[in-house]
Amino acid sequence: MSSTTNTSTNHTSTIGSIGTPSRRNTELALLVFAVLIPVFAYANVGLAINDKVPAGLLSYGLGLGLLAGVAHLAVRKFAPYADPLLLPLATLLNGLGLVTIWRLDQSKLLQSIHVAGGKATNQLLYTAMGIALFIVVLIFLKDHRALQRYTYISMVGAVLLLLLPLVPGLGANVYGAKIWIHVGSFTIQPGEFAKIVLAVFFAGYLMVKRDALALASRRVMGLYLPRGRDLGPIIVVWMISILILVFETDLGTSLLFFGMFIIMLYVATERTSWIVFGLLMSAAGAVGVASFEPHIQTRVQAWLNPMREYTLSRTGSNDGILHSEQAMQALWAFGSGGTLGTGWGQGHSELIRFAANSDFILATFGEELGLAGLMAILLIYGLIVERGLRTSLAARDPFGKLLAVGLSGAFALQVFVVAGGVMGLIPLTGMTMPFLAYGGSSVIANWALIGVLIRISDTARRPAPAPAANPDAEMTQVVRPS
Amino acid sequence: MSELTLTVMRLGFLAVLWLFVIVAVQVIRSDLFGTRVTQRGSRREEGRRQQPAARQQAAPPQQRGQQPAAGGRQRRNAPSKLVVSEGTLTGTTVALQGQTITLGRAHDSTIVLDDDYASSRHARIYPDRDGQWIVEDLGSTNGTYLDRSRLTTPTPIPLGAPIRIGKTVIELRK
Repeated sequence: MSSTTNTSTNHTSTIGSIGTPSRRNTELALLVFAVLIPVFAYANVGLAINDKVPAGLLSYGLGLGLLAGVAHLAVRKFAPYADPLLLPLATLLNGLGLVTIWRLDQSKLLQSIHVAGGKATNQLLYTAMGIALFIVVLIFLKDHRALQRYTYISMVGAVLLLLLPLVPGLGANVYGAKIWIHVGSFTIQPGEFAKIVLAVFFAGYLMVKRDALALASRRVMGLYLPRGRDLGPIIVVWMISILILVFETDLGTSLLFFGMFIIMLYVATERTSWIVFGLLMSAAGAVGVASFEPHIQTRVQAWLNPMREYTLSRTGSNDGILHSEQAMQALWAFGSGGTLGTGWGQGHSELIRFAANSDFILATFGEELGLAGLMAILLIYGLIVERGLRTSLAARDPFGKLLAVGLSGAFALQVFVVAGGVMGLIPLTGMTMPFLAYGGSSVIANWALIGVLIRISDTARRPAPAPAANPDAEMTQVVRPS
Repeated sequence: MSELTLTVMRLGFLAVLWLFVIVAVQVIRSDLFGTRVTQRGSRREEGRRQQPAARQQAAPPQQRGQQPAAGGRQRRNAPSKLVVSEGTLTGTTVALQGQTITLGRAHDSTIVLDDDYASSRHARIYPDRDGQWIVEDLGSTNGTYLDRSRLTTPTPIPLGAPIRIGKTVIELRK
């Protein structure tokens, strides 16, 4: 087809905000609010536990405020039209995470088993690194479309990142899941970064292939069945996620990557059949792997019958499997929180013991803030996802649209997988709650994710440049009858 | 610390947290009420309201886009493509799938005419309710000709009849 034809005429509407002011002052006001809330919580924890305002209040407050301020100035300078909500929402979650980690640091029980103690300082350091990466993304990623050039490099990069934990000597097996690597004295979770890199690959790939995937299909029983060769990539991604599941025994990461691919595939092609396929394939994969992988079986058992696991872990069992009381303790934490919670510092979520401040941090929120607080936290996550999807709607280029959908979809899936696991809706997986949980990789990677979303939203919300003057502006010559 | 103070702080914190959520939702309220949905193509209809026929046909072509060629497939002699047979774009074909085709020098036209005698929004071709393709002149400077006659109203296009716009000639083929 000739380059002069424009076949996208069935997209008959465009959506744009009226006027699109930059809204940087709104962001600043919300940011101040988002820093003050964790400071309030921090003081509250100190008053509840030690009966006095904690000594570190000023330094923590200033530290968080300074980080948020620097991030805000960077957005003002490098992405002036970006979405005003993403930064304050992420800052609030990060701040609340810091407070909760500090609150669990105070617990003698957790200190005695080396789960807590001084972790809040580390987390503040990780936050600083995360915000540094956020600013680096804003400075060096002038236009998100530059990422499109690295479509296949991203694929290789993501696969390498995912395989790193399997390299002997580098990978670390921590409580059954092999998703960490050792670098010096640090442990890094490459999967968190692979999430972003993989979204870049999917967006670039689907942008090119979406027409073939959407149009070349046969209709069977109301579903569009894609051609065999178009099924190739989805099978490959499925295999990769199954391999992750088998070798790294990490249900969460596997679900996250496959789910992200399905979401992006659906958005790119508008074919419901992909969702049906995706659900069937992930169900088949999960059931298949669970039938022979003992680590996954334990998780499923703990999900189906947490009380039995609790009793076994207390009385001891001789079947050689490590039983954990975490799942039941988390449910009890939610239960004792009730509607309004016990108040900051007055719950007993330290009974969860291991991973109380990382995977299970949501249980502390559930206990101390109750249903009301937990709903607010989940709404804040929902708002971040909503802003991501809105960015995608407003983006003018298909690559940006797909990338924004992929990143916010991955973020949403991660929240669902973790929150669902902790609350007992789905089997528990070894993932971290974005921004809230203790863990360097998670915080740093998620700040980078927010950075990319802010970059896309800046491009999307920037007022469109005036259209070129030619040739519409030229006068049409009039035929003169001779 | 007294029980009362802690209770007040506990409820106060929840209130502040929810206040933040509500403020955040207020900020995005503009997404719900402040957006402007521009229907491409509807702008051209303004100023052409004198013809009752044009007004009735203004809506269907956009709805048609949803169900590709639903009416067209049933007809035995329905055209399946539009071919440019003369002018700078000679040889260009566009598949007819029930969508409205706009012709003109404007960048957002389906067929962007590089023709000094064409207007920016010159004419459009769309299927009516029965799948019959109609050509309509959009108030162009030099007019649109079907065979030899200048169009004044939306007119059904016979198969193979030349539509002349400036130096460009297009026709519908099976």
